[in-house]
Amino acid sequence: MQSDNLVEIAGVAFGYGARPVLKGINLTARRGQVVAIMGSSGCGKTTLLRLIGGQIKPGQGTVRVAGESVAELDQNGLYRLRRKMGMLFQFGALFTDMSVFDNVAFQLREHTDLPEDAIRDLVLMKLNAVGLRGAAQLMPAELSGGMARRVALARAIALDPMLVMYDEPFAGLDPISLGVTGNLIRRLTDTLGLTSLVVTHDVQESLKIVDYVYFVSDGVIVAEGTADEIRASDLPYVHQFVHGEADGPVPFHYPARAYADDLGLGGGRNA
Amino acid sequence: MLKRALENLGNRTIQGVWRMGFATRFFFAVLMHSGTAFRRFGLTIREMYFTGVLSLIIILVSGLFVGMVLGLQGYETLQTYGSEEALGVLVALSLVRELGPVVAALLFASRAGSAITAEIGLMKATEQLSAMEMMAVDPIARVVAPRFWAGVISMPLLAALFSAMGVLGGYLVGVQLIGVDEGSFWAQMQSAVDFEQDILNGVLKSAVFGVAITAIALFEGYDAPPTAEGVSGATTRTVVTSSLAVLALDFVLTAFMFRGLN
Repeated sequence: MQSDNLVEIAGVAFGYGARPVLKGINLTARRGQVVAIMGSSGCGKTTLLRLIGGQIKPGQGTVRVAGESVAELDQNGLYRLRRKMGMLFQFGALFTDMSVFDNVAFQLREHTDLPEDAIRDLVLMKLNAVGLRGAAQLMPAELSGGMARRVALARAIALDPMLVMYDEPFAGLDPISLGVTGNLIRRLTDTLGLTSLVVTHDVQESLKIVDYVYFVSDGVIVAEGTADEIRASDLPYVHQFVHGEADGPVPFHYPARAYADDLGLGGGRNA
Repeated sequence: MLKRALENLGNRTIQGVWRMGFATRFFFAVLMHSGTAFRRFGLTIREMYFTGVLSLIIILVSGLFVGMVLGLQGYETLQTYGSEEALGVLVALSLVRELGPVVAALLFASRAGSAITAEIGLMKATEQLSAMEMMAVDPIARVVAPRFWAGVISMPLLAALFSAMGVLGGYLVGVQLIGVDEGSFWAQMQSAVDFEQDILNGVLKSAVFGVAITAIALFEGYDAPPTAEGVSGATTRTVVTSSLAVLALDFVLTAFMFRGLN
């Protein structure tokens, strides 16, 4: 019987060179859920997605997807697993030399022997799901940021994956595109029976659509809970993040020596 | 001070050796993953259009002008010895042995090599290569190998066209403009140019240049830091490194190919 958890991360530590980024992360994503990973910029959220996708290997701990330990898979095993994953990159990462249609058809042509007629129907269905069937023949350069993100979403679900990962899906979008993208993530997760992992720092938009939230700070999970629990949380870090306060556990000032010392006044206190 | 200089030197050396090792592994990975480039030859043909066909204008025009200059300069020198009928031989041998492969390769490095590096570098910077990996498609097999073989196939064809245009340029200047005897021009050329020693060796040279330029261009693009400065630096390095590689390889190949000839 398959486990209820699609993604299980246990005790994962990872660093770039001597700089530790993750220091012992434990996280699970249940099947059919939208799970958000939040935290300030540079806290290691995208690194977590790369660990789940097998692009990097953890220094310690295990990352399991659908019961398989990602770091232990060889290239064939990893590619087999990735066919069941979709990934939405921060700015879409559409192939700029291909039309919208060809971008969405890319995986179908690479991984299946479907006839072109069937591929056409599938691509139009996926594009219709994100509201961009009419843009099939446009080139990526002709799309707005929000449209590019939606095309990338259609491409990510082309092979009907079990897991879709979103890297900052709300970054740089206008309010309408923001709402559209958020609703699409929720709707596609429910209708296609996916599991969605959303890395974001857009609190308000993501709390509208997620089932569970993890907060990452300084390489560890500092808070977790449902959207309502997070809204009601009185943990200083969560409070600062949810309410967008400039100073708090995440300081406004980058660590520096005393301000007065820097100005040559002497005897000052730290900024 | 001295300690820091030594540390810097050591660091640079280690970085250089590490990069050489990475480049070698990259080159072998491209060879190992070349199956797709031949199984789905359409991918390679498409890249031949971008690297080869789009380089045609600069290659043909340059070839014509180089041949015309050779005609003028050659006539001037040969006239001194009263052997201006040998102009055809001089133009043809200069082109098929040296100028064709080398100048075409230098132009190819500037036109196609820089474009390949910029394209691959930008694909990396905009996460297109990562996206491909996450879609379980190997970018080395799907993106890099077809471009490599397209460059290797295109380069000798471009060099041959460069030489042909050069001969035409020499003919226009030598025969049509200056008035060298047309029969002597072609007949001497035909008897002096050896298919195996001159033409095939020229083709071999240009194929080797094609391997070097395309491999350097692809590696620089793949290894470029994913920033604007990173891609621009990689593009510059492609042109500089591949031009130097062409000239150095030309000397080595020439030493092997023509040392026994009269």
